[in-house]
Amino acid sequence: MQAQFLMGVLTLMSVAAYYFGRRRAVFMVGGKIRDLHSLPSYYGFYAAMWCGIPALLVFMLWMGFESSIISYLVVDALPQDQRTLSPDRLNLVLNDIKNLVNGNIVSREIDTALRAAADRYIRLQNIIRAALSVAVLVLAAGAGSWTLTRIKARQRARNAVERLITIILIVCSSIAILTTLGIVFSVLFESVRFFQAVPVADFLFGMSWSPQTAIRADQVGSSGAFGAVPLFVGTLLISLIAMLVAVPIGLRSAIYLSEYASPRFRTVVKPLIEILAGIPTVVYGFFSSLTVAPFIRDTGGLLGLDVASESALAAGLVMGIMIIPFISSLSDDVINAVPQSLRDGAYALGATRSETVRRVIIPAALPGIVGGILLAVSRAIGETMIVVMAAGLAANLTVNPLKAVTTVTVQIVTLLTGDQEFDSPKTLAAFALGLLLFGVTLILNVIALHVVRKYREQYE
Amino acid sequence: MDSIVNPTNIPAVHTTSISDVVKDRSDVVSRENRSTVGETIVEDPRISCLDVNVYYGEKPAIRQVGLEIARNQVIAMIGPSGCGKSSFLRCLNRMNDTIPACQVTGKILMDGQDINGKGIDTVLLRAEVGMVFQKPNPFPKSIWENVAFGPRIHGLAQTKKELDEIVEKSLIQAGLWDEVKDRLNQPGTGLSGGQQQRLCIARAIAVNPEVILMDEPCSALDPIATAKIEELIDKLRLDYTICVVTHSMQQAARISQRTAFFHLGDLIEVGETKQIFTKPLHHLTEDYITGRFG
Repeated sequence: MQAQFLMGVLTLMSVAAYYFGRRRAVFMVGGKIRDLHSLPSYYGFYAAMWCGIPALLVFMLWMGFESSIISYLVVDALPQDQRTLSPDRLNLVLNDIKNLVNGNIVSREIDTALRAAADRYIRLQNIIRAALSVAVLVLAAGAGSWTLTRIKARQRARNAVERLITIILIVCSSIAILTTLGIVFSVLFESVRFFQAVPVADFLFGMSWSPQTAIRADQVGSSGAFGAVPLFVGTLLISLIAMLVAVPIGLRSAIYLSEYASPRFRTVVKPLIEILAGIPTVVYGFFSSLTVAPFIRDTGGLLGLDVASESALAAGLVMGIMIIPFISSLSDDVINAVPQSLRDGAYALGATRSETVRRVIIPAALPGIVGGILLAVSRAIGETMIVVMAAGLAANLTVNPLKAVTTVTVQIVTLLTGDQEFDSPKTLAAFALGLLLFGVTLILNVIALHVVRKYREQYE
Repeated sequence: MDSIVNPTNIPAVHTTSISDVVKDRSDVVSRENRSTVGETIVEDPRISCLDVNVYYGEKPAIRQVGLEIARNQVIAMIGPSGCGKSSFLRCLNRMNDTIPACQVTGKILMDGQDINGKGIDTVLLRAEVGMVFQKPNPFPKSIWENVAFGPRIHGLAQTKKELDEIVEKSLIQAGLWDEVKDRLNQPGTGLSGGQQQRLCIARAIAVNPEVILMDEPCSALDPIATAKIEELIDKLRLDYTICVVTHSMQQAARISQRTAFFHLGDLIEVGETKQIFTKPLHHLTEDYITGRFG
């Protein structure tokens, strides 16, 4: 509560700094704004930024370290016998103290020592919070008013604000990069633990996947085979079926929409196709398992084929439908980006519409189309929900689309749902699979980006 | 650049002041008169246009244009921006078909046949009437592929060897062969602007058309490249009928034998280039060529 209040005060002070900064700048030149180096609002922003940002940084740093500082001081005051506990046990004691402070359930009897520590914790917290409020407000007021006194007519307030904007943008883009790095590293470290239990070669080239490991030495039927090949074959099989559906249909609909359809038809139909992308995958999943899969099984039965009730074909077909808007939308964009002058050139030579599409537009747009298809492949490989519901969990090593297969993502889901021990190879295998999958999609994305970049150089 | 040819029938437009020539002539048609003056009829025309109107939606772009285009001549279309000269040019190979909401009425006869008639296939029409655009627009393919494109879709060559011959002949005719013969496999988009435009001309003549339409072919080019294209146009005149839209009156004077002046959708005056630039019959033409507007 106090923190929110502090933030509110800080915001108000920044607003005030903006107002006074702006007014002071106008006052400095006697109302003749043309004599100022920058527009008056820049001086306002300049003052507001000096008022708000240093105080905010101090506040955030303080909040980051608060818990460890207080813990340190509380531990220092604990009875001798508790202070000399091992770090793990000491952590438990600290947790109890914090839980008592916050009114949560405490794991043992509340004795006087614990109560005293909790009181001390609250006292320290109050002192530190008060000190923080004072420090932040003093800093904001000091920096703000110091900046206000320094405002001059020729001061380059605009450049300072521009620099700040640059910094904010850099921070935002690095958050995305750092998050990615964080995910990669967390997956990587868990994978390393997995590979300490299972050799890398067994994982990469093993032909059998059966992740049930024995908990007791005498348990039967839980061999623990971690060969990823069946999963990747299943993933590739389903993705291949999906692309065989999505690429021809998506590409042709893109060509129709951009080259043949009237503008009115296009404005109606294009959003309709894109609605397909808005359907939640879980809806596709039950459509696939309840409608498509039985249909395929029955049709196969009529033709005398042996079709599993959960088949790669059902999952792949529905996934293909799901991916159509990706392909058609991206291809439509790149086809539209082909300059009209190339179409004119082809028409003027007497090419028909389909000749123009086939010989000029598709070749010119091909790199962009390929980039779009590769992005769609990444999407297909990463898709989970449809496959969970429609393709089954059986890790069969087969390329027969009528059999049940399973994919990498499905296995990750099943490995990590439910109660799991977080140090068994079974659970850690999920991270290794995730890492491998990440690697594969990363490579695909790099190829896609490379192709798209090449496409930019193509014309113009 | 004394290689700029065709000095024989070019009047020295800018050495004598045209307004002086015109001033004491009382027979000049007044500005208010919007019907075409001058010689619209030629002997043995390749193309005759009668009452051609072009509408973009409701808005007329050109009105009631009647004009005949002679064989093996260069006719220049001049006029201020938005006067309809490009719209008219695009009627001649029905490129206006590709613009939705564009409507063309009137008769355009090519060797006696109405090109807007029912039995006319635009594919064949455009094989006979080639077009070169304002901005060079080579396909992002190799130089060879660019020139071979037309012959391929029209099936003009049976073998690769024949196709090679057509490509070479067209590039020679377009004056580009010596510059590109060692790099026919490289992309046409990698050439310089002037080379690209000559490549587009080579691409157009590879189909062996009878008429070539050029829509401001030099306006995106530097003076040297322009001079080369002008020289080329003058040479091509011997084999083709050429219609050039241009913004540059000097260019019209240098390369054309006849000139048509458009103004706000009306064909104002047609005549021998020499006559248009020295003794214009219409007041608007005089205003334009003396630089009073446009």
